[in-house]
Amino acid sequence: MSVIGDRQQLAYIAAQAADARVNVELETEGMTLNIGPQHPATHGTLRIIARLDGEQVIWAEPSAGYMHRGYEKLTEVRTYPQVTALINRIDWLGSFANEVPFILAAEKLMGVEAPPRAQHIRTILFELSRIANVSLFLGDLGVQMGAITPVFFAFRDREYVLNLIEGATGGRFHPNFDRIGGLKDDLPAGFIDETRMVMKKLRIFCDEIEGLLFGNEIFQSRTRGIGVIPKDVALQYGLSGANLRASGVDWDLRRDQSLPMAWDKVDWKVWTHPDGDSFARCWIRLQETREATKIVDQLLDTIPSGPVMAKVPKIIKVPEGEAWVSTENPLGEMGYYVVSQGDQGPFRVKIRSASFNNISIVPWVLKGVYVPDIITILASLYFILGDIDR
Amino acid sequence: MSPLSSTTDSTTDAPRDDVRETEIARITSALGDGVVDSMVKPHDDMWIRVTADSWMNTAETLKSLGYTYFCFISAIDWMPSPFGKGEDDPTEPVPERDMSIKQGYTGGATRFQVLARLTQPQTSLGVNIKADVDESTMSIQSWTSVFAGANWHERETWEMYGIVFAGHPDLRKMYLPMDFEGFPLRKDFPLLARIVKPWPGIVDVEPMPGDDDQEEGTAS
Repeated sequence: MSVIGDRQQLAYIAAQAADARVNVELETEGMTLNIGPQHPATHGTLRIIARLDGEQVIWAEPSAGYMHRGYEKLTEVRTYPQVTALINRIDWLGSFANEVPFILAAEKLMGVEAPPRAQHIRTILFELSRIANVSLFLGDLGVQMGAITPVFFAFRDREYVLNLIEGATGGRFHPNFDRIGGLKDDLPAGFIDETRMVMKKLRIFCDEIEGLLFGNEIFQSRTRGIGVIPKDVALQYGLSGANLRASGVDWDLRRDQSLPMAWDKVDWKVWTHPDGDSFARCWIRLQETREATKIVDQLLDTIPSGPVMAKVPKIIKVPEGEAWVSTENPLGEMGYYVVSQGDQGPFRVKIRSASFNNISIVPWVLKGVYVPDIITILASLYFILGDIDR
Repeated sequence: MSPLSSTTDSTTDAPRDDVRETEIARITSALGDGVVDSMVKPHDDMWIRVTADSWMNTAETLKSLGYTYFCFISAIDWMPSPFGKGEDDPTEPVPERDMSIKQGYTGGATRFQVLARLTQPQTSLGVNIKADVDESTMSIQSWTSVFAGANWHERETWEMYGIVFAGHPDLRKMYLPMDFEGFPLRKDFPLLARIVKPWPGIVDVEPMPGDDDQEEGTAS
C-alpha cells in the first residue's frame, strides 16, 4: 500500500516541479502558479497550486494541512467538558456555534435536555456568532476585489457583536460557554437592550454593504456567472450552508431537523438562489445575516424564565452509545459523530466540518477559470482554515 | 416536540418512529443481502452495517433512493487504546487494561470499521453506514465514482487509519509529510505530546478549594 502512495506522491512532485508543455497544438508553455501559503489573497494559509495555460487554470488543487492540529486524536485523551475548549478553535470566527452540536450530542447520549431558557440563550449566542462570522466575510469580500471601504465597516460593526459575546461569555473569540445540561451562566444585566441596539446597527450595516458591494458594477461583473456550481454537483461534494442554498437547494438544518434549540419558535425565512455562482453565494450570506438579526430580535422578546442549567452530575460520565448531531453553522453543516464507551471522555469523535467539504470542490470549480477569478471564487466559497484542517 | 426525552425513556416505552422504520425497511430491501444489521433510534437516527463487498453498491443504491447529499466518510478503530487516556505516570509500571473490543451500534467483527453518512436533503433523514474492514487486506472500495466529495475524505481516512480505498484516483497524504510512517488515528499510535511530556494532571495534586473546605469541615 505504501508503494501506491509513494508512486503517486512522486508523480505529484513531478507535476508540481515541471512547467510542462500543456498545450501542444499552440506550443504554449504551461506554468505552475503557487498561491500561498502566505499570500494576502488567500485569507488564512490555504495554499493553492494551479497549473495555467496562459491565463486559464487547467488544474488546481488546494493543499490543506498547514494548520492540522489533530483534534480528533486529542479528544480521545480529554473529558467531555474539556473537549469544548478544543472545538472552539475549529471555526474561530463563530466559536460558540462549534460547541453547540458537540454538547447536544453528549446531552443526547446522556439523556439530558437543557432547560428552555438555556436553549433560548444558546440559540441567541449561536446566531450572534453567525453574525460575527458572516459580517467579516461581507467586509472581506470587498478586499478580495480591491475595495477597501467595506472591510472597515465590517470590522467596526463586528466589534459590537463581539462585545456582546464577550459580555455574555467572557471570551471574544473562544467563549467556551456551553456546558452539558445548559450554560455556564445567565445573561448579564443590560444584555437584551444592548443586543437590540446592535441588531439595528447590523441591519444598517447590511444595507450599507448591499449598496457598496452588491449594487456595484465591478463586483457584479467579477462574480455573476463565475464559479457556477450546479445543484447535483454541490450535493455530491457535500457542500452545505450558504454554498448549497446558492445552488438552489432549499435545505437548512435549523428549520429541517428538530433539535432542542429555539429556531422553531421564531418566524424566519430560508433564502435560496437559483444561480449557483459566486454572486449567489455572497448574496445568500448577506440575506442570512439580516435573517439572523431578525431571529435574535424575536428571541430576545421571548426568553423564558427559569434556570440555565439542568441537574447533571459533577463528574460527567456519558453512557455507551453513538450519536450524530449537526447544526447549521455559519460556514455550513458542522457535525460530530460521538462514540462513547461509558467513560469520562469520548472514545472517538469524528468532526465533520463544513469547510472541508466546501473546499474539496475547489479542483472541480477552478478548472477552466481565469486567474483573477480564483480569488473571487475562493472568497465566495468562504472557508476558515481551522475548519478545513481541524 | 422533544426528540431527546423520547430516546431517554426505556426503549419499550419509546414511541415508534414510523418514518425512520419505513425508511430503513426501504433501504434494507433495496440492498438485499448486503445488509448485515440495521438499527433505528426512534426520532433520532438510523444505522446500517453492510458487508465490505457491497460497500460500493450501498453508495449507488442509497444515492438512487434519494440520499444524494454526501456528508462524510471516516473510520473507527475499535481497539481500546493501550495508552489509556495518556495520563500514566512514566515512573510507574504500565497498569493493566481491558483490551477487549467493544463494538458499537449494529455490531461488527473486525477492529476497523469504515463509517459514512449520507443524507436525504428533502427530508433531512440521514443514515450512518458502517462496514467491517478486513485487517489482512485493509482495503475497501472507493466511493469517488459515486460521490466526488468522497475524494478528500478517503484520503484523510487512508492517512489516519491506513485503510486503502481501491479505485481512488489520487490516494496521497493530506496533512502529514509524505515520508511519515504510521497512522495517527489508530489507537496503538501514541499521542506523542503525552509521551514527550507527561500529562501535568498526574502531578497536580492540589485540592480544589471546595474540597478543601469539606475536609476541614469533617475534621473539626
